[in-house]
Amino acid sequence: MSTDNPQQNAISIRNLVVDYGPRRILSDVSLDIPMGQIMVIMGQSGAGKTTLLRCMLGLKKPTSGTVHMLGTDIASAPVREINKVRKQMGVAFQGGALFSSMSVAENIQLALREHTNLDEKTIEIMTRIKLDMVNMLPAEHLMPAELSGGMTKRAALARAIIMDPKLLFFDEPSAGLDPSTAAELDQLIITLKNTMRMTIVVVTHELDSIFKIADHIAVMSNGRILETGTPQQITASPSSEIQGMLNRKPRETIVDTDAHLRRLTGGL
Amino acid sequence: MLKALENLGTTIIASLEMTGRTFNLLLVVVWELLHPPYRFYPIVRQMYFIGARSLTLIIVSGVTIGMVLGLQFYNILERFGSVDLLGAGVALSVIRELGPVMTSLMVVGRAGSSITAELGIMRITEQVDALECMAISPGKFLIAPKLLAGLLSVPLLTMVFDFVALFGGYFVGVYMFGLAEGSYMNGMIDSIEWVDVRLGLVKSLIFGLLITLICCARGFYMHLGKAGSQGAEGVSSVTTDAVVLSSIAVLFSDFLIGALV
Repeated sequence: MSTDNPQQNAISIRNLVVDYGPRRILSDVSLDIPMGQIMVIMGQSGAGKTTLLRCMLGLKKPTSGTVHMLGTDIASAPVREINKVRKQMGVAFQGGALFSSMSVAENIQLALREHTNLDEKTIEIMTRIKLDMVNMLPAEHLMPAELSGGMTKRAALARAIIMDPKLLFFDEPSAGLDPSTAAELDQLIITLKNTMRMTIVVVTHELDSIFKIADHIAVMSNGRILETGTPQQITASPSSEIQGMLNRKPRETIVDTDAHLRRLTGGL
Repeated sequence: MLKALENLGTTIIASLEMTGRTFNLLLVVVWELLHPPYRFYPIVRQMYFIGARSLTLIIVSGVTIGMVLGLQFYNILERFGSVDLLGAGVALSVIRELGPVMTSLMVVGRAGSSITAELGIMRITEQVDALECMAISPGKFLIAPKLLAGLLSVPLLTMVFDFVALFGGYFVGVYMFGLAEGSYMNGMIDSIEWVDVRLGLVKSLIFGLLITLICCARGFYMHLGKAGSQGAEGVSSVTTDAVVLSSIAVLFSDFLIGALV
């Protein structure tokens, strides 16, 4: 997906390459994410989705290429510049990444306490507003260890949006959740985009979620972006690999089980 | 043979990289500490964890070691008819050497291991990444309070250790062997000079810094360790490494300081 006017793109990635030792994880990835849209990055496990996300968050320095976030190339910018961008973004990690020594409310308030001079009353009110948005108000004083998987993800989301960020990132938001909780979270993501006009990037391989929330989809495989487009364009893609992902085809159909067993055991 | 050399080279390079990262972490923390905001509560909290919660262990081990020293010194000095030197022997051993070293080793075992495990778990559960994404420096938020608390707590604990160890020696000398109270106390006061006290305190400051720095760095950088050293096994492995390395660092630097001063 490419937009001619770079001003319209919240994130613009060009020729991104990431190597871990001799292994190439991302190969020449280029991607534009328009302002105010939900971009879903999908692909099978090991496709490079999380590495791409970590590059966008400034947690992984790429081997080469640029990652412009709100106009700053965070692949080469100094930490101070990266932190300016980070103050305008929120991240909901796969496991929540809540600080276990703090209550839910304290977790959510942390960024406000570190980056603003707001008084205690205002911080409390803002926390309660965000907790209410994710339907977590009754869990305000609970510790992370006391939360269920769905509650942890919602608390992490409340923490991610406390500073009213322009960019919001989700790593596998519905992983490990039951279908109804996952659907609730999907609805929350759509609501956030509509009410707070955020640019949202979701990394997932859950097909049900992808087609419910995505404005644009980028399909990844083996460290490359196979195709980008709207959900309709991706669904109509002629690529057999993409169709395989969408139709959840198994990697290989074992026809001759005896021959397969012989191959595994080396004929023993 | 070639494989063994290759493994040795890899281990040496990994150790040098880790040493570089550890000192880099120290520089980052010092730099961050010079810049506001300055927060004291996290330091107090860490001092409670490293210092106050180690107090029982330090008192028990201090009294025991003081008593053992009293017992051994008395038996030796009695052969030479110099039991009056018991106070001096116990005091010099404790204040110059055993106080800082034993206190540091106790702190490594009790607080150092949990510092490494805590930071290691925070790393693998993406809590450190979450801090970075919130534009909060993990160096300032996580490491600095632990480092400062270690720097302040170890000398304070050493003073407590010294005091109770001297009492342990006193108890054995005066109450078990019937040595005159004045003899023990005078021997102790006459032999101890300000330079001995200062040496003990300087050692404990250096050990406090070394322990917390090594334990923090091992946990904080656990993701950069050997391939596959993630998860519960990785945390357990870096915790063991941190305890072993810190203990060796304490003992070796004790020798170095002793030789140089």
